[in-house]
Amino acid sequence: MINKVVSGAEEAIKDISDGVTIMLGGFGLCGIPENCINALVNKQVKNLTCISNNAGVDDFGIGLMLKQRQVKKMISSYVGENAEFERQLLSGELEVDLIPQGTLATRCLAAGYGMPAIFTPAGVGTEVAEGKEVRNFDGKDYLMEYAFDADFAIVKAWKGDTAGNLIFRSTSRNFNPVMAMAGKVTIAEVEELVEAGELDPDYIHTPGIYVHRIFQGKDYEKRIEQRTVRSKS
Amino acid sequence: MAFSKEEIAQRIAKEIKDGYYVNLGIGIPTLVANYIPKGINVVLQSENGLLGMGPFPFEGEEDADLINAGKQTITTLPGSSIFDSAMSFGMIRAQKVDLTILGAMEVSENGDIANWKIPGKMVKGMGGAMDLVASAKNIIVAMQHINKAGESKLLPKCTLPLTGVKCIKKIVTELAVLDILPEGGFKLLERAPGVSIEFIQQSTAGRLIVEGEIPEMRLD
Repeated sequence: MINKVVSGAEEAIKDISDGVTIMLGGFGLCGIPENCINALVNKQVKNLTCISNNAGVDDFGIGLMLKQRQVKKMISSYVGENAEFERQLLSGELEVDLIPQGTLATRCLAAGYGMPAIFTPAGVGTEVAEGKEVRNFDGKDYLMEYAFDADFAIVKAWKGDTAGNLIFRSTSRNFNPVMAMAGKVTIAEVEELVEAGELDPDYIHTPGIYVHRIFQGKDYEKRIEQRTVRSKS
Repeated sequence: MAFSKEEIAQRIAKEIKDGYYVNLGIGIPTLVANYIPKGINVVLQSENGLLGMGPFPFEGEEDADLINAGKQTITTLPGSSIFDSAMSFGMIRAQKVDLTILGAMEVSENGDIANWKIPGKMVKGMGGAMDLVASAKNIIVAMQHINKAGESKLLPKCTLPLTGVKCIKKIVTELAVLDILPEGGFKLLERAPGVSIEFIQQSTAGRLIVEGEIPEMRLD
């Protein structure tokens, strides 16, 4: 088995340099690669293009990179919970490409499946369609959207093995498996790293072929954005 | 009396049928989950990757890895399943979801909807809304008929950037239940108790079609 293990986040991101395009897994703050984001913040790489469904919050997740002005362009579907993001966007400091969530996910999928483009009805007749090729199939219009071309994909999984196989937990799966497939170089941080052979092959969500570097992360905060509960009474 | 948000949600819940897979948007649509008729089986889809969304967890049992599309902590139910975001929108695009309920800032008389952007002011993004409205076979919009300034949000033509075109067929507001006809126009079906047709007419900037008796909305 090919061993994909690196020592930690610093080593995993060592060749991420200014100006590259990075995909970051997660939905809201759920399933985000906390260790790698912190390492990118410490490394202070700049002019990054980040593809991620959300942009974190002001003091957590990608929000930490935004605060340091490391991000040149953000490609996301929903950025509502980040005041600094909104400020940079409205002032023109940050370039932002807002795209439909399904389009975002499927453009990742296309990259991982080796398909150059997809056709989706999302955004037909809206400003999302500007400049894009429209094709009609069976009487319905579809936009042609290209597969993403990302230098790096950084994902967070629950368990992984030394061969790079990944298992995700609950809804922290979200964008992680499709982004894992889409990076030219894919980095996975996991809560628990085990030896190859310890995970049942039938239960692998992402096969190790898509993963180039893996390490066991530490000190996960797993912040909850909206803590909603009901009382026992 | 105009309906409250809870009553709008309660009225929409009556449209849900046994065996439906339903996607609920953020805001009033989320409240619909509280009023699903007893005795029917409904599966709620959350587009971040869950079928079979359960109620909020008990205090102390929150799980940071288990949230809905509104980023709220939730629970699963017997029969729930989890999947990635591409599959989630795959099942939406392939029309496996029976009913989509979402909010709107504006709806036009030809069924266009705007709910994601106020240029220069609010830039939150469309999230999954554009995918949902472009693919869903059955969409109900839960919205306020008039804004805080008393201006109609049911318009001849949307003024805000569109989320989707010619996709909305039914609207429930604090004042009325309306269908959008294929040829255009808001057809008044029901009115909130005590709300006059004249008031609904005044509150609807788009073309309102009133034919015959208009019954009051009932919640039972």
